[in-house]
Amino acid sequence: MLDDFFTRAILAGIGVALVTGPLGCFIVWRRLAYFGDTLSHAALLGVALAFLFEINITLAVFAVSACVSIALLLLQKRATLSADALLGLLAHSALALGLVALAFMTWVRMDLMGFLFGDILAVSKTDIAVIWLGGVVVLAILAAIWRPLFAATVNRELAEAEGMNPERANIIFMLLMAAVIAISMKIVGVLLITAMLIIPTAAARRFAAGPEQMAVLAAVIGAIAVIGGLFGSLEWDTPAGPSIVVAALCLFVLSILPVFSRAGAKPAGPDSGSPRAQKGARP
Amino acid sequence: MPKKPEALATLESAGIHRAGRWLVRGVSMSVDAGEIVTLIGPNGSGKSTTAKMALGILKPDEGSVIRKTGLRVAYVPQKLSVDWTMPLTVSRFMRLTGHVSDDEANSAMSSTGISHLAGAEVRNLSGGEFQRVMLARAMARRPGLLVLDEPVQGVDFTGEIALYELIQRIRDEMNCGILLISHDLHVVMAATDRVICLNGHVCCSGTPTAVASSAEYKALFGARAASSLAVYEHHHDHTHLPDGRVRHADGTVTDHCHSEDGHHHDHDGHEHEPHGHNREAKHDA
Repeated sequence: MLDDFFTRAILAGIGVALVTGPLGCFIVWRRLAYFGDTLSHAALLGVALAFLFEINITLAVFAVSACVSIALLLLQKRATLSADALLGLLAHSALALGLVALAFMTWVRMDLMGFLFGDILAVSKTDIAVIWLGGVVVLAILAAIWRPLFAATVNRELAEAEGMNPERANIIFMLLMAAVIAISMKIVGVLLITAMLIIPTAAARRFAAGPEQMAVLAAVIGAIAVIGGLFGSLEWDTPAGPSIVVAALCLFVLSILPVFSRAGAKPAGPDSGSPRAQKGARP
Repeated sequence: MPKKPEALATLESAGIHRAGRWLVRGVSMSVDAGEIVTLIGPNGSGKSTTAKMALGILKPDEGSVIRKTGLRVAYVPQKLSVDWTMPLTVSRFMRLTGHVSDDEANSAMSSTGISHLAGAEVRNLSGGEFQRVMLARAMARRPGLLVLDEPVQGVDFTGEIALYELIQRIRDEMNCGILLISHDLHVVMAATDRVICLNGHVCCSGTPTAVASSAEYKALFGARAASSLAVYEHHHDHTHLPDGRVRHADGTVTDHCHSEDGHHHDHDGHEHEPHGHNREAKHDA
């Protein structure tokens, strides 16, 4: 069964979606979308370094993303620039450094597009093993730090006062993000990873009554987007990674259609609906 | 005064230094079990900063903070905004920082009068409802130390009184220490054992009446605030009310002596009044 490239692609994609959904919830709740972007752009520098030192790409990407997260934490403490300016600085310098470094390595023949937009149709059995094993580890750690991380997301000081150690949860969360970027880069590419973190989560918001439920729903919606996107890409001969993102977008648009709200035409949004309307929308 | 047993939280000349200035400095205070301590002071006087030191959110740059080991803390922060992207019901919020049994959650919600809101989304609550939800969450933790940072924001006056009564009841039932932050001494007076008035440092402290009548408090809040407080206190003090003349005389005493002899108000009114009267007579003579 795994000999079929399409089956392998679906398995790998679902594996990634199951992890990006729950992690993406925190990205959305904490308004860290740009942070996801920064880490994924830095991934390209990881790729360049992997070629330079001839080490495993996933490992190098994880290392670089982890370094960028730590650098960000440290820079934020110094607070010389606003957080979004810092993120932009780190994101684009890492991306540019990666591209320049790759251009210098004339001996390396690689498909840059594959890294930018993903190459899900070329995943190997080893890739699938890495994705699923890595995914299980990431989800297990996330489950372990769920309560302090969520409490810190609601209010950091409250969590700290009541003995939740939010600082440790935050650092672990950033490392999990780096790990997810590293294992999912091959699926949708560095430019679209953030989409897999955010769009399924955004689609899940409308139907979720609690944070845990939202995490599970985001994972399921992400998996549906992977299946839909891959079949769409097969049908219409479109690039696989972007097709998955387009499928996720379609699900999001569906989720905000008033059809799903029994109470009537109130789209999800900053001022959306009464609690009654939200409950009515729950499946 | 006998030395109390081990305090829940003790600050010893603690201070926080940020960006070249002291937000608050030289604060020494403690909260004991079964005691309500109120921090008052104008905006920016370091009330929240002091509370955060007591909670361990901020590490003092000077002095020390000691909390009893194994102390269970509950905190009601001044501001807490829940992002609309976060689906969070009241009953999930009750369990934010630790497991709470259904019984405890339900009893906390019924004593704050929010049982009907258990399934509601936190972000859709009104200001007053949300304050009660935060209080219920803190109660359900059965804390040893409860820290409340302006717990009556967005609550109307009658609701305010009810909330302070509830806070007193929490203290009585759980025998926990309560550190309360308020900018309005007026309403908290009846509920407080000890008041600490902050203005970047401890400006004065003692019983509510002693603080309200102290010269430092008047300098900080103006004489009118202080005198309206005195009147308010008298309305609630039945030993003073029947006799208009005593009340009047006491008002003058407040102006002159109370910053030194604040302890008198701790004692029974009957013992106190003739005493104050004599003093007043001496002053006049």
